[in-house]
Amino acid sequence: MCSSKGNSLSTNPAIYNRAHHAFAVFTACATLVVITAGALVTSNDAGLSVPDWPTSFGYLVKVPQFVGGVRYEWSHRMVAGTLVSLTLAIAVWTLLVERRRWLRWLAIGAFCTVIAQAILGGLTVLLFQPPWISTAHATVAQTFFCIAVSIALFTGKKWVEEVPRVEFDSRRPSLITLTLLSILVLYLQLILGGMFRHHGMSWWPHVLNAVTVSFVLAWTAVRAISVYSNIEAVRRPAIIMLSLLITQLCLGFTAFLTRVAWGRDTAQPELPMVVSTVAHVAVGALLLATTVVLAIQVWRHVPVAFAERVPQAQRNASPA
Amino acid sequence: MNKKTSWMVAASMLALCALLLTMACNKQSNTEQSSNNMSQTTATAPVATPIDPATVATVNGTVKFDGAAPKAAKIDMSQDPACKGMNEAEAIVVDNGDLANVFVYVKDGLGSRTFDVPKNEVVLDQSGCKYHPHVLGVMAGQTVQIKNDDQTTHNIHPTPKDNREWNESQPPAAAPLEKNFAREEIMLPVKCNQHPWMKMYMNVVKSPFYAVTDKSGKYEIKGLPPGDYTIAFVHEKLGEQDQKVTVGPKDTKTVDQSFKAAGE
Ligand code: HEM
Repeated sequence: MCSSKGNSLSTNPAIYNRAHHAFAVFTACATLVVITAGALVTSNDAGLSVPDWPTSFGYLVKVPQFVGGVRYEWSHRMVAGTLVSLTLAIAVWTLLVERRRWLRWLAIGAFCTVIAQAILGGLTVLLFQPPWISTAHATVAQTFFCIAVSIALFTGKKWVEEVPRVEFDSRRPSLITLTLLSILVLYLQLILGGMFRHHGMSWWPHVLNAVTVSFVLAWTAVRAISVYSNIEAVRRPAIIMLSLLITQLCLGFTAFLTRVAWGRDTAQPELPMVVSTVAHVAVGALLLATTVVLAIQVWRHVPVAFAERVPQAQRNASPA
Repeated sequence: MNKKTSWMVAASMLALCALLLTMACNKQSNTEQSSNNMSQTTATAPVATPIDPATVATVNGTVKFDGAAPKAAKIDMSQDPACKGMNEAEAIVVDNGDLANVFVYVKDGLGSRTFDVPKNEVVLDQSGCKYHPHVLGVMAGQTVQIKNDDQTTHNIHPTPKDNREWNESQPPAAAPLEKNFAREEIMLPVKCNQHPWMKMYMNVVKSPFYAVTDKSGKYEIKGLPPGDYTIAFVHEKLGEQDQKVTVGPKDTKTVDQSFKAAGE
């Protein structure tokens, strides 16, 4: 049951622009760097080492005495500031070169998100890190990462130039439902992890929900890999998602051991805890973004077959 | 858009980023110098209830730690060359079974008595990237003078439950900060986020009848009016234990206490 026609996301006119796409990829990579830098701040308990905001010890950009917690907090502020500039640039550039209206709106959305994120970062410093604000800061960070990765995906040569291979999905629950459910449970996992990390909640809701996350993501990945192995755009993110899930579970257990089991009575953040928790945050961001990419590709390549929506002739069409 | 134009757009976008960063270099108002203003104004205290100095009693004693003392956690100060000194945490300090850093205070029995807030300040010193003392007692409204004797910037960040939270940085050689806490609060944690091993506990009480055990586990509370009291012994890790004591005029009573390792 294949057709050569894509759905609405791919029907808009678009021209591949290599430099624009390269810049979008660079911005997405820079986002992961900022997320890692932010995770280093939390794991080193350095969030309040610079008490003022938006200035840092009275200056916007002046290197302070580069010691202790200041190294993490100040660096995080600087790479985050650079990311705001990169996002402004990609938004302006997208408005200049992009014909797809929805992508122009996505770029504007990205800029609004990065501004909201900067304000949340400031609020958490000025209000002394209330768990909900710090968790919102962690959640919006990963949301922005997903947007940046999506922009990179939508501006890519493959997305713009390929005629998508489409297979209609008649299974229930559909693969798109499973991918959306995966995103939902991952968000819940991110919020629960953030609340624990920022002292607003115990660790067990996060660990309990990890069971749900594992089940839903494994189901999604197995369905995608086994049924749609012939669609590379679906198979690839599904395999990456599964590998990241396994890595993330191992890192989660290590983070639990170093933070909760062994880390209670340490006098200061110790290296094994810092490394495992920062890796857990970074891989968590990669896992969420990969799942979003999978959902987008499933939306494009494996739409749901509604009897009334898909004429029989089209469902019987041969692969492109 | 052809290839050449695309790369020109790329170059101009990078230039835009660079411009934004350069603009950000402009100096903003300097907030580095922490304000030394009193952070909380003390409510006008009622007149203190008089105590007859001829009848006052003393309670003293020793606080012990039962069992083998846990090994002190090591501190690694290498992330700041300005930090030197003994690299051991002070969470549980035991010497020959004597337990230091226990806050001892009259928790109950003073009724509606009120006390003058002392005019002198208590001093919290930061030196060798540690707080001195590690446990401090102060009366509500009394000034705490916070000094930085290190060649590095500290930030002082109390995380209270019942008082106002604040966080200020103090560069080397800066004037002392003068702060006070309006409400009673026991074991109020204070930390430095630049040097994450730096932790101490402030104890804010309504009466002057408090003490902190020294290295030999000893404490002394003087000037108590005769009466029945509950004495609380509070340790940051080992929790609280209370004892009742009755003191007559001019009495000196010894009230010893012992703590076990948590979970024993
Ligand atoms: C199943 C997939 C999982 C995902 C997607 C995930 C995701 C996350 C994320 C994103 C955070 C950080 C939130 C923030 O940015 O503040 C976090 C924190 C944490 N997670 Fe997970 N997690 C998973 C499984 C687990 C498991 C199985 C465990 C333990 C057995 C675990 C233990 C922890 C711990 C201890 C933290 C806090 C780390 C810290 O204190 O710095 N996680 N998790």
